[in-house]
Amino acid sequence: MPLTHPETELHNPQSTKPPLDPHLKALENEAIHIFREVAAEFERPVMLYSIGKDSSVLLHLARKAFYPGRVPFPLLHVNTGWKFAEMIAFRNEIVKRYDLDLIEHVNPRGAAENVTPFSHGSALYTDIMKTEALRQALDAGQYDAAFGGARRDEEASRAKERIYSFRTPDHRWDPRNQRPELWNVYNGMVRKGESVRAFPLSNWTEVDIWRYIQAEDIPIVPLYFAKKRPVVERDGMMILAEDPRLELLPGETKREEVIRFRTLGCFPLTGAIRSEATSLDDIISELETATVSERQGRAIDRDQSGSMEKKKREGYF
Amino acid sequence: MTAPATANAVQEDAAGQVLAFPAAETARATRDSRPLRLITCGSVDDGKSTLIGRLLWDTKAVKEDQAATLRRDSSGKQNDLGLPDFALLLDGLQAEREQGITIDVAYRYFSTDRRSFIVADTPGHEQYTRNMATGASTADLAVLLVDARVGLLEQTRRHATIATLMGIKQFVLAVNKIDLTDYDRARFEQISHEFRELALSLGVRQVTAIPLSALKGENVVYDGRASMPWYDGPTLVEVLELATTRSSQTVGFRLPVQRVSRPGESFRGYQGTVAGGSVKPGDSVVILPSGMVANVTKIVTFDLVRNAAVAGDAITLVLDRQVDVSRGDMIVAIDSQPLTGLAFDAQIVALQADGIQPGKRYWLKSGSRRQRVQVQPASQLDLKTGKWEPAEQLPMNAIGKVHLAFDEQAIFDPYEQNRTTGAFILIDPDTNNTVAGGMITAKRSALGGIHTEDARVILSLPADLADQLMATELFAARREDAEVRRVSAGKASEIIDTIDG
Ligand SMILES: Nc1nc2c(ncn2[C@@H]2O[C@H](COP(=O)(O)OP(=O)(O)OP(=O)(O)O)[C@@H](O)[C@H]2O)c(=O)[nH]1
Ligand SMILES: [Mg+2]
Repeated sequence: MPLTHPETELHNPQSTKPPLDPHLKALENEAIHIFREVAAEFERPVMLYSIGKDSSVLLHLARKAFYPGRVPFPLLHVNTGWKFAEMIAFRNEIVKRYDLDLIEHVNPRGAAENVTPFSHGSALYTDIMKTEALRQALDAGQYDAAFGGARRDEEASRAKERIYSFRTPDHRWDPRNQRPELWNVYNGMVRKGESVRAFPLSNWTEVDIWRYIQAEDIPIVPLYFAKKRPVVERDGMMILAEDPRLELLPGETKREEVIRFRTLGCFPLTGAIRSEATSLDDIISELETATVSERQGRAIDRDQSGSMEKKKREGYF
Repeated sequence: MTAPATANAVQEDAAGQVLAFPAAETARATRDSRPLRLITCGSVDDGKSTLIGRLLWDTKAVKEDQAATLRRDSSGKQNDLGLPDFALLLDGLQAEREQGITIDVAYRYFSTDRRSFIVADTPGHEQYTRNMATGASTADLAVLLVDARVGLLEQTRRHATIATLMGIKQFVLAVNKIDLTDYDRARFEQISHEFRELALSLGVRQVTAIPLSALKGENVVYDGRASMPWYDGPTLVEVLELATTRSSQTVGFRLPVQRVSRPGESFRGYQGTVAGGSVKPGDSVVILPSGMVANVTKIVTFDLVRNAAVAGDAITLVLDRQVDVSRGDMIVAIDSQPLTGLAFDAQIVALQADGIQPGKRYWLKSGSRRQRVQVQPASQLDLKTGKWEPAEQLPMNAIGKVHLAFDEQAIFDPYEQNRTTGAFILIDPDTNNTVAGGMITAKRSALGGIHTEDARVILSLPADLADQLMATELFAARREDAEVRRVSAGKASEIIDTIDG
């Protein structure tokens, strides 16, 4: 685990750290403001926690926003059962270290019917194990606000989304009819059953995330750093070949490569990149010269233009 | 970043296939300042999305896979020049792509060697003015587009006016599609002149006019000298690099309280984002609306206990004594306080189909404070003449002046002095939708509100009798002059008893 120093007492946990540059400071201030506003205005907030780099930053900001108090809402991890093993180990460690309330939800129907990315295809699998599962978990908790780590620079329909993104009782997003959102005055009025998704990282870019992780020394899953790992080539992606449930198809061979991941999700649907980046400095300079976007490595985003919008309309994050 | 447009990043063959992608550039990390926030605005189809798409393309913010998607999505819709449809980089919703228009704001991020930018591409259609206002409310600078063939339209004037009302002081007039006028210099100068007149009437002094072709990328990032030797001004990106971010506000310390933090018996802190001025331990502050006074003992953040906080900082403030402070209150400098009162004047933009109805009670939210308000429209701006005409109600997209009447004390600064504590939204209690954005202009006491020095009468009446009196026209006409509190009969006699005379 790359977890560094344990949390110290109430004051001066990181007093030797140099101050953030004005760009990151402005982004941090905005995110903290959003966290506090949602926590104060809604009855039952929850934070979606996906264990990736954006979630790690989101969690760090939540801890900052409510310090010296505890984070006043639970974390929700929608598990598909197909996450990288290292992600789950990391999650458990973080929850313990920071004394967090974690709710884990797996779609019981999907589990009972044994829905897997291999047997059902990535689209249906995502539908059931992520979108439907998320709706179930949000309904069960009767949450009226859910924080997410989505950023507008990730995808064209995200670029259109408000910071408070209104959802109907069946979790639908109507992109043609979003509430106006002026200044930093957020309209948090919802009726019973309605909710908002709140996105404190809306205005962050991928580089901002990495520079902030570096500046704040935020622990992240080691899969983001390059290392020699077993992989197999499938559908034009290099996927990690560690999990015993991954069966090699005819013609496929396992091989060792020095790789890392730019985003983390379900291992069968997440492509690795060849990279020598073993430190945050390396990752940042790799990013600054990268010629492809981060969504490239994700099977579910590659289907067609507009596929993200469609999923979001149906309740996906 | 000046280079001839011919050395442009996109290289294509005759069939419009992109042959070479913009080369990736190395480390550009100038984060020594806040990003500049800008919007594009102007009438339908003037090329706003194309311009931002081009800006992203030429600053290398478009990655190879995104460029490939763009090329794929552009096929069949290619323009005469065989260039990709750069607007598709922004118009990310299905409905937008199908109709070839922008419906909602897209926020995008890019940077040059000199600074980073957050750009909001707003829709030109009048129907979606609310989304333009959303983008304008946080912008430092507006790029107003005009089609060189068409000139200024009513919608151009509406957008220029909304942008000005919302406090944008720097404008770039982008005279776009200049390629379709054969690079007509006289046309450019005529439109620039016309706009300067409008800008002057709006009180805007900082205008840079640029002739450009968003589609061909002339005078966007690369200069257009080859086609327009007569223009020797800056490119768009050069203007953006030199623009200033919103200067920090001049009034005193303001902290709208978002929440009270009480993790244990020993700690009580007030959490919020500093909305003006600065604060340090030892400062005397007033809590509004209660008017109680206290001193700051500590500014707590996760990183360290700080010795000062300035506008924009998200902090937790600790005071030296037990005072009653709750969400929606404002902690302010003792020697520079905001306006408090029951009646204010404001300018608003009506954003929804129902407009703003006279006398209807809305929710008003400003900072973290939400309270009931009655809105009385007074006048509406006629965009053709630039004159304010009397109005009883405001239809959708109207810009109006209104009187606000509150049941409880409201706390504001004039918007001109503080873009946070002077701003508010109106929420319709029937739909919960945001129906207007507003900017405070003044407190109304001097204009017919309550004068503290005038003689007043305090009556205690049975509730049903009071209701009848208040239903009369005479009372309604002067509603803002009266203060009404509903209390029990016992409480009323107690209060009256405490009054001398
Ligand atoms: N020839 C030429 N065509 C242009 C130029 N800029 C934009 N266009 C074309 O004008 C049309 C409209 O462009 P958009 O960028 O979608 O216009 P818009 O202002 O964003 O429109 P709305 O957002 O719907 O108000 C497209 O077909 C563009 O290709 C230009 O500089 N020259
Ligand atoms: Mg557009």
